[in-house]
Amino acid sequence: MNIAEFFHMGGYALYVWGSYGVTLVVLALNVLLARQRQRQVLHTLVRSAQRNRGRT
Amino acid sequence: MPWVAGATALLILAGLYFGLFASPADYQQRDSVRIMYVHVPSAWNSMFIYLLMAVAAAIGLIWNIKVADIVAAVSAPIGASFTFITLVTGSLWGKPMWGTWWEWDARLTSELILLFLYLGYIALQSAFEDRRTAARASAVLAIVGAINVPIIYYSVQWWNTLHQPQSLGVGTSAIHPSMLLPLLLMALGFKLLYVVILLMRTRTEVLERERNAGWVQELAQELAATDKFPPDTIRSGNEYR
Amino acid sequence: MREVPGVLSALGVLIRRDLLLALRRRAQILNPLVFFVIVVTLFPLGVGPEPNLLQKLAPGVLWVAALLSAMLSLEAMFHSDFEDGALEQLLLMPQPVFVTVIAKVLAHWLLSGLPLLLLAPLLALWLHLPGDAIVVLMVTLALGTPVLSLIGAIGVALTVGLRRGGVLLSLLVLPLYIPVLIMGAGAVDSAASGLAVDAHLSIMGALLLLSLSLAPWAAGAALRISVE
Repeated sequence: MNIAEFFHMGGYALYVWGSYGVTLVVLALNVLLARQRQRQVLHTLVRSAQRNRGRT
Repeated sequence: MPWVAGATALLILAGLYFGLFASPADYQQRDSVRIMYVHVPSAWNSMFIYLLMAVAAAIGLIWNIKVADIVAAVSAPIGASFTFITLVTGSLWGKPMWGTWWEWDARLTSELILLFLYLGYIALQSAFEDRRTAARASAVLAIVGAINVPIIYYSVQWWNTLHQPQSLGVGTSAIHPSMLLPLLLMALGFKLLYVVILLMRTRTEVLERERNAGWVQELAQELAATDKFPPDTIRSGNEYR
Repeated sequence: MREVPGVLSALGVLIRRDLLLALRRRAQILNPLVFFVIVVTLFPLGVGPEPNLLQKLAPGVLWVAALLSAMLSLEAMFHSDFEDGALEQLLLMPQPVFVTVIAKVLAHWLLSGLPLLLLAPLLALWLHLPGDAIVVLMVTLALGTPVLSLIGAIGVALTVGLRRGGVLLSLLVLPLYIPVLIMGAGAVDSAASGLAVDAHLSIMGALLLLSLSLAPWAAGAALRISVE
C-alpha cells in the first residue's frame, strides 16, 4: 500500500482521519493540561520557598 | 523523585504500543474499520475509568483516605475525555457503516449517559468550596452512578430490541485475529496512558494540597536551589522588605 | 425521662409537618403541576393535531413531561429546612436518618407524584391515548413517580447546600431517571399497540424496590455530608 492509498483510506479518509485526529487532540490536551498544572504548582511552591529562604 | 522515572517509562511503553499499532493496521483491507482501533479501546477505558473512579471515591468516603479522593477527582476528566472520544469516533464510524451520524443503540446511548454522569460528577465537585465535602458528596454520586450504569445499559438494550428488530452489528461478528492484535495493543496503550496522566495529576495534586507540610517545603527548597526555576527579575520578594 | 418515640410515629409527625408546611406554600405544589399540563399541551401545538401522530407520541410525551415536572418539584424537598437550620435538627434525631428521608420522600410524592397520577388520564385523553393504555399509564406512573422522588432525593440531598444547585440537580438526576423513563414509556407504548406489558411492569417494580432500599441510605449519607 503506498502513501497515497494510506491517506485515502479507501474513501473513508474523512471519517478515519477525523476519528484519529479527535482522539489525538483530546488525549494530547489531557497530557498538556496535566503538564501545565504540574508546572504551575511547582512554580508556586518554588516561589514561596525562594521567598522563605530569604527570610529564615 | 521516583515518580518521574516511573511515569517516563510508562509513557515510553505507551508510545511504543502506539507505534506498533501502526504497522498491523497497514495490512487491513476495510479501512473504515480502523476507527475501531480508537473507538473500542476508548469505550473500554471510559467504563474502566468510571469504575476505578467510583471505587476510589468509595474508599475515600469509607476510610477517609485523601489520596483515594484525589485519584477519583483526577480520573474524572480523563474518563470524560475517553467517553467523548468514544462518542465522536462512534459517530464518525456510524456514518459509513450505518449511513447515519447517530444511532440510539444500547452502546452509544449508554456512552452518552455515561458522559452525563461524568459531567455531573465534575460539576458537583467544583460546586463545593470545601474540598473535603466536595470529595465526599461526589463520592456518593459516583457510587450511585456506578450502580446505575448496568441498569441503564440493559434497559436501553432491551428498549432497542423492542423498537429495532434488526441488530446493529457493531462488533457482533467475531473479530479477525489480525485485527485483534492492534486492538489489544491500543487498548493496553490507552490504559497505560490513563495511568501516566493519573500519576502525573495525582502527584501534582498531592503536592498542592500538602503544600504546607514539611516534606513539601524541603522539596521546594531543593528545587529552588537548582536552576530550574530562576527567580523573577521583575518581581522578587523585595516588596515586603 | 420520656421514651424515644418509635419509627412509625416519627414518620407520621414528619409527614404531617411537611404537608402542613407545603399547604402554606401552595405555589410550590402547583407550579410543577401546571408545568406538566403546559408541556403536554404544547406538544400537539408543536407537532400538529393529527390523532395518529399524537397517539404514537403520547406515551413518551406524557412520561417526559412527568419527569420534568418531578425534577421541578424536587428542589422544594429539603430546601426550606436547610435554610432555617431545621435540617440539622432533623439529622440529630435519635431515629435513624433514613426515617427523615422516607418521610420527606413520601410527603414529596403525595404533593407531586400523586397529583400527576390524577391529572394524567385527562391529559392522556387529549393525546388520543386508548383506554387500556391509559390504565397502564396510571400503573406505570404509580410505580414510577415514587422512584423519581426517591432518586431525586439523592440529588437534592447532594446539592442542598449549594447556592446554584438547581441546574446541577437536573444534570445529576437525569442519567438516573432514564431507566424509569424507558420502562414507563415503553410499557404505555406496548399497551397502546396491544402488546403485553408484564415485563415492563415487573422491571418497574424491581426498580421501585431497588430504589426503596438504596435511595434512603444514599440520600441520608448525602444529607450528612451536605450539612456539615
